[in-house]
Amino acid sequence: MTTAATTVGAGPGRSPARRAAAWLHRHRWLRLGLLLLLPLLWLGVVYLGSLFFLFINAFWSTDPFTSQVVREFTLDNFETLLSGAVYRTVTIRTIAFAVAVTATCIVLAYPIAFYMAKVASVRMRGVLAVAVLMPLWASYLIKAYSWRLILSDGGVLDWLLAPFGLKGPGFGDIAMWLVFTYLWLPYMILPIYAGLERIPDSLLEASADLGGHAWTTFRRVILPMSTPAVIAGSIFTFALTLGDYIVPGLVSTSQFIGNVIVINVAQDLPLAAAYSLVPLAIILIYLVVARRLGAFNAL
Amino acid sequence: MIQRRLLALVAGAMVIAGACSSSSGSSAPSAAASAPPVASQPAASVGASATASQSAASPGPSVPTELGSTQGQTINVLAWPGYVENGSTSKDVDWVTDFQNKSGCTVKPQIFGTSDEAYTLFSTNPEQFDVVSASGDASLRLVRGGFVQPVNLALFKNYPDIFEALKNKPYNTVDGVPYGVPHGRGSNLLMWRTDLVNPAPTTWAQMFDPANGYKTSVYDAPIYIADAAVVLMKTRPELNIKNPYALDDTQFQAAIDLLNKQKPAITQRWTDYLKQMDDFRSGNSTVGTTWQIIANLLKGEKTPVKVNLIKPPEGATGWSDTWMINSKTKNLACAYAYVDYLVSPEINAKIAEWFGEAPGNSKSCALTVDKNHCTIFHADDDAFWKDVWYWQTPTADCVDGRTDVKCKDFGEWIKAWTAVKG
Repeated sequence: MTTAATTVGAGPGRSPARRAAAWLHRHRWLRLGLLLLLPLLWLGVVYLGSLFFLFINAFWSTDPFTSQVVREFTLDNFETLLSGAVYRTVTIRTIAFAVAVTATCIVLAYPIAFYMAKVASVRMRGVLAVAVLMPLWASYLIKAYSWRLILSDGGVLDWLLAPFGLKGPGFGDIAMWLVFTYLWLPYMILPIYAGLERIPDSLLEASADLGGHAWTTFRRVILPMSTPAVIAGSIFTFALTLGDYIVPGLVSTSQFIGNVIVINVAQDLPLAAAYSLVPLAIILIYLVVARRLGAFNAL
Repeated sequence: MIQRRLLALVAGAMVIAGACSSSSGSSAPSAAASAPPVASQPAASVGASATASQSAASPGPSVPTELGSTQGQTINVLAWPGYVENGSTSKDVDWVTDFQNKSGCTVKPQIFGTSDEAYTLFSTNPEQFDVVSASGDASLRLVRGGFVQPVNLALFKNYPDIFEALKNKPYNTVDGVPYGVPHGRGSNLLMWRTDLVNPAPTTWAQMFDPANGYKTSVYDAPIYIADAAVVLMKTRPELNIKNPYALDDTQFQAAIDLLNKQKPAITQRWTDYLKQMDDFRSGNSTVGTTWQIIANLLKGEKTPVKVNLIKPPEGATGWSDTWMINSKTKNLACAYAYVDYLVSPEINAKIAEWFGEAPGNSKSCALTVDKNHCTIFHADDDAFWKDVWYWQTPTADCVDGRTDVKCKDFGEWIKAWTAVKG
């Protein structure tokens, strides 16, 4: 900054670029505006705009003969959603899986994150970080399809369990739960790790000095301080499971909210739009609760 | 604070939604206007539809009378798997490269797994695909939506050789106006693993009965409801189903009940044929509804999967496909040229053998590698096709011609299918 200022001052001929730079330097707000213009356009027009069209579509209907959208206000879609038992079942199933997967991810991720943040040597920490991040470099589809091979009849899991006289769960709900947990686990480990690392070791020492046992220290110091990080991680795992529609089709025959939306996009876009407001509402509620619990302090 | 802003946003959106609905009166007609005017076409096309469409002077949709140069055009072709092969599936299976060299066109294929997928892809990207292979349950939706254009059959050199039984059908011709060139037809088939299922199934009804202990793989699309209706035509004659795509309330409910009864036996619902191959290979599924090409590929693998397949005596659902051209295409010359190429005797024979269906071109029968191909697939055996119900989009006006009742339209089929899957 200082070097730039001196060159501006010392320069013999002020080029237009420099003059513009100097002018911008004097107009702080304009500078900020130009900097944020593109991201704001993206957020406002592309991102919120498409959500807005989704919202409007939910109040339109489809002509059953031409499959074209009829742009007349109606609440029929919401009536269909409320009256059809299947939409309730699918919504509840999707939420249940999102909760189960999130809970499993917390249970699995916490010890790993704790070990990484507080116990492991620097070298080990690096190795673990790579191990956690590595699966994220592979395509989601590759991972999901490899689980098909693992879980299929006579697949890898069956083969591994055969010596013990056991059999894998095959395709179905358990398979779906396993695959989701595998897919989203890194998204839980990383925030918890970041949260735990932020807790100064001196606090743990202070707790010990004051006579706190390891368990007491964990319960009264570490856990409360890392809860926002856990909730931040849960936002990822919960939202990712809630929005998925590939895995259910690959390793089970059940439907998620996403599957019902997909089948309707072709023929009844407004119904699909209306139904897609359901996970949107769920996530909004989740975010509001998470914010109350301080999850965003950890971001 | 944030909550309050959120509320404001929602409220604002509602206001705008209300405003839009009031202006819809003016926007709806413009959408309708883009649909081709079909009513004004003189009902002159019987059999010799080529001449009928040539009379471009008469009122009705305008069709091209001559095509420009094909040089340098690129066409995107949306097709069923196996219809447009460029050597990427198997090196010897290629009917793109030769065409590209001869015509100067570039052909980019994209495949789809269900008619619904095709319709979604096409209607959400109305300018992207120049050519589409449409089965009867997609073709009429494409026509009604104004997505595909009427064709001038005289410009297709190979059209006169197409089997008469495929021409001028409700799914490719609307009010006498042809919207494409017939490609070929086939029947959905019952496949089973011969080493895992004993005794072999002989009817669809068995596949719908969980008591038989089959691990069943079914097609994952609302149109599959018709498969249940085909079974009911034989097992419940009192329902009086005349056409599996024309189901009134009682008939429809019976079909849904049958599908629900089948549910415990289902191990897979497939739209991606590779996924069904996967399941039959591993034994995760042992019986299922399939296409000939899937069985051929399974039998042809390094370790052949032991499968057999039949068209059960109840009849079957099936398809009769039509090559259609986008109403917004800028590459008309290549689109016409490629469609003509695909239905030429030699290429149509190749596709028919590769996919496992009856060719649309009558001269193809002499050119198949297996000289019995047309006999096996009943290409010219009209009796065989009497109980094959080509996919067709169900409408409220019953497609079997009944006027005393309303039938379930496709929207209701989709909702019911969603409920069946649960």
